Amino acid sequence: MSTYWKEADPSAAARSFEPDNSYETVIGLEVHVELSTATKIFCGCRTDFGGEPNSHTCPVCTGMPGALPVLNKKVLEAAIAVGLAMGCEITRVGRFDRKNYFYPDNPQNYQISQLYYPICRKGSVEIDTGSGKKSIGITEIHMEEDAGKLYHDEDGTSLVDYNRSGVPLLEIVTAPDLSSGEEAVAFLEKIKTMIAYLGVSDCKMQEGSMRADVNLSVRKYGEDLGTRTEMKNLGSFRSVIRAAESEAKRQIALLKAGEQVLQETRRFDEASGTSFSMRSKEEARDYRYFPDPDLPPIVISEEWIEKIRAKAPEHREARILRFQKEYGLPEYDCKILTEAKALGDFFETTALLTGGENGERENAGDKTLNSYKKVSNYIMGELLRLQKERGMEVDEIPITPAHLAELIRMTEEGLITGTVAKQIFEVMFEEDCDPRAYALKKDLCILKNEGILEETVDRILANESGPVAEYLSGKEKVLGYLVGQTMKALQGKADAGEIRTLLLKRLKTDPGNKT
Amino acid sequence: MNPLAEQVLDRIRRQEDLLRCYITYDETAVKERVAFIQKKIAEGELKSPLAGIPYAVKDNLCTAGIRTTCGSKMLEHFVPAYDAAVVEKMMAAGAVLIGKTNMDEFAFGSSTETSFFGPTRNPADPSRAPGGSSGGSAAAVASGEAIFALGTDTGGSVRQPASHCGVVGTKPTYGAVSRWGLIAYASSMDTVGTLTRSVADAAMLLDVLVGEDERDSTSLPHPRPGFANDLRSDVRGLRVGIPADLSGAGVSDPVAASLEEAAKALKEAGAEVERFEVGLVDYLVPTYYLIAMAEASSNLERFDSVKYGYRTEDPSCLSDLYQKSRAEAFGDEVKRRIMLGTYVLSSGFYDEYYLKALKVRRLIKEAYERAFQKYDCILTPTAPTTATLLGEKPDPISVYESDLFTVAANLTGCPAISIPWNRDEKGLPIGIQLMADVFCEGKMLRAAHALEGLRPAMEMPWEQPPVSGKEETDL
Repeated sequence: MSTYWKEADPSAAARSFEPDNSYETVIGLEVHVELSTATKIFCGCRTDFGGEPNSHTCPVCTGMPGALPVLNKKVLEAAIAVGLAMGCEITRVGRFDRKNYFYPDNPQNYQISQLYYPICRKGSVEIDTGSGKKSIGITEIHMEEDAGKLYHDEDGTSLVDYNRSGVPLLEIVTAPDLSSGEEAVAFLEKIKTMIAYLGVSDCKMQEGSMRADVNLSVRKYGEDLGTRTEMKNLGSFRSVIRAAESEAKRQIALLKAGEQVLQETRRFDEASGTSFSMRSKEEARDYRYFPDPDLPPIVISEEWIEKIRAKAPEHREARILRFQKEYGLPEYDCKILTEAKALGDFFETTALLTGGENGERENAGDKTLNSYKKVSNYIMGELLRLQKERGMEVDEIPITPAHLAELIRMTEEGLITGTVAKQIFEVMFEEDCDPRAYALKKDLCILKNEGILEETVDRILANESGPVAEYLSGKEKVLGYLVGQTMKALQGKADAGEIRTLLLKRLKTDPGNKT
Repeated sequence: MNPLAEQVLDRIRRQEDLLRCYITYDETAVKERVAFIQKKIAEGELKSPLAGIPYAVKDNLCTAGIRTTCGSKMLEHFVPAYDAAVVEKMMAAGAVLIGKTNMDEFAFGSSTETSFFGPTRNPADPSRAPGGSSGGSAAAVASGEAIFALGTDTGGSVRQPASHCGVVGTKPTYGAVSRWGLIAYASSMDTVGTLTRSVADAAMLLDVLVGEDERDSTSLPHPRPGFANDLRSDVRGLRVGIPADLSGAGVSDPVAASLEEAAKALKEAGAEVERFEVGLVDYLVPTYYLIAMAEASSNLERFDSVKYGYRTEDPSCLSDLYQKSRAEAFGDEVKRRIMLGTYVLSSGFYDEYYLKALKVRRLIKEAYERAFQKYDCILTPTAPTTATLLGEKPDPISVYESDLFTVAANLTGCPAISIPWNRDEKGLPIGIQLMADVFCEGKMLRAAHALEGLRPAMEMPWEQPPVSGKEETDL
């Protein structure tokens, strides 16, 4: 098997670099998003990940002779929805074109894509940069099919799995409006949220459902665009930043040394944080794009566009405003809760279970709003903390909204303390359970039995004669210590305020506990 | 039990060694099929008029479990896992599959001589080619080795061999019959067609074959289906146009004479026959070939030895695998068309050749639309000459140019039919072609049926005794 790339000398870039502010970096992205439709773009095979090799296949996606493609309408709908969300013009009469090239993961040796009349054009996405908002142009969005997967053995055999062949992809191409790796990542995070909100893809770079290629060039301020290189094999947002940085450095060093930047495709290497040239015959490829004669033109009516527009789920900005209004939450909370659609869904489901019935939200009473705030606090605090610690995605969190709502209700009822609630929450994070049953089983409920409380208070006072004396002599802060000791003796199963009250009473009337 | 099948099997036994209509024919399997279908008929399960009728399928239509080769070494051992839509329909109707017929490799050709399995001989004269690319199908019907056959027509590949062999060849409107399972040559023009003894048979077959298929995005529901019950012999008032600019160079005298006779017969029967200029005739053949070769070059990319098909021994690397496998398994004409097709799509030439051809195709379509506003049918010869001698090997360009009368139907999507009119002084069949506007098969079949009734009496090829081995030519 011939090698497809040779390693360039990476030290050339590292050798003589000084930060140079007379050069600016110009970046454009080509982002491939795998759509989460149930079936492939041109046939009825399943798209879900995994499965025995070549088990989600049929004559169409394996390029059998005589097979024909049929467009999955859901793919077209998703493409239009994404295009509308990004402010694009929807092409009313479009087409599919064949991109011809030989490679074993490509069953027909042509990929059905769109070159001449892509489904969406001329949109924009706003990102937050360090110095304010910036509009990033979307040149086009088009639909295409994914290729299969190749596996190479050490003995030189290669195997191909066509399960992925025909999975629908949207390719989103930006204008060269980005100026750094950080901006590129801000853009990727923004479109990830937008697309996840539409529910058409989960956009996970680590799983390959979102792939980004970085096109980068440098130029002195005021000059024309320089020669750009294309970087592939970026597996995470961090790789994007590292790749952009290292490539900008490399190009600037070349130009300063009086050399030229070659237009080429480079493969990013995680280990070294730099990229290597993929010098191969593929550079000279002519794809001979022509309209696919097996697929009729794609004609989109105004009515259908309006239907899709109306059907679009609430996007993030709208949700932030609505949460403020309906749940009485501050903007800060709403921003955090809506970062991931799944998180906002979790909040809302939980909130509705704790608070009043549906419809009351806009005029919810103080008690209800308080509950909503509690839910928000739990999510922003405990839930996100544990989620981050465990490196989980929101949809992997085992706690159900019903159980979280229950937990909060239990604190409102005074059944358990806040501290105990946090403990139970952590347990539920390991493995979801009914918090009420758990509290009863583990005997975590607040002790209401006055007798036991008073007994314990007395015991503590008797044992802590030193601190008691200190308190009586004026050191009021010692009260906190006494409360703490009492709570400890009660294993936290008491209301701290109540203990405080009891202690005070005792200390006033019978400090030495002589009675 | 099934006298037709007996007859067909007998003809095969006597002639097939000479004629070579079939690439795949298994007598035992056929007999089992015949018995099975007879049983079903006896049980009252198969009511179609096609039940029990022996038929042949061109070897570029997929048949599950039965080798499908496209006449090529590349697919010599390829067995599809599924049936083509048209084969499914024939099976459902209970027709008896006899075998897979010979063809020009991947349907690129007009004589069936480019087949990897060797040529088929024309039953009218075994020293001659049967035409192509559906030569095997046409010869099978002509020689009585099948009652009807399915073929494919991309530039005339059903009609021209029909004309050369003396049978009826019908190409329906593009999109009226599903292409699912038809191994593609030129996707925007490939059409399944029929080879039959009569127009009435063709009408009956079309009634079964026509219909939208959700597996084929280019298929359409036929707006005016139902042909077999509508055949009349009355041509009074039928407006027939003969393109004067589509005649001349290359047309042999016997063929020109046949056209005149047919025109006269129609006129005398009450049709309005006149000559007219259709226009753009010099562009018909080049436009067809540019588009066909471009699409073919892409459609044949899937034959890469990776998933199925011929693979070279001991390739040294990936590009070696591709290049050697394809070089060793494709014949010359296939290579020629792949190269030309690749060229016209390549950057720098795309606009000048392929895109230009698409635009000219639109103009040709409009010219024929205008013609069909004035005429119900257009009458021409099917081919400029009669069957060529085997092994003659004229230069490819003159072969391409002989498609002059047939390609318009493929460029425009219009239906067309070739019926045998008469024979020349050597006894070689001459066909006459009728073409109608899209989805006007009904009109076209009626006119063809009437013309069939007006033709000079002659013995039909399947009525003649089995062809013997006397006139074998060394190839």
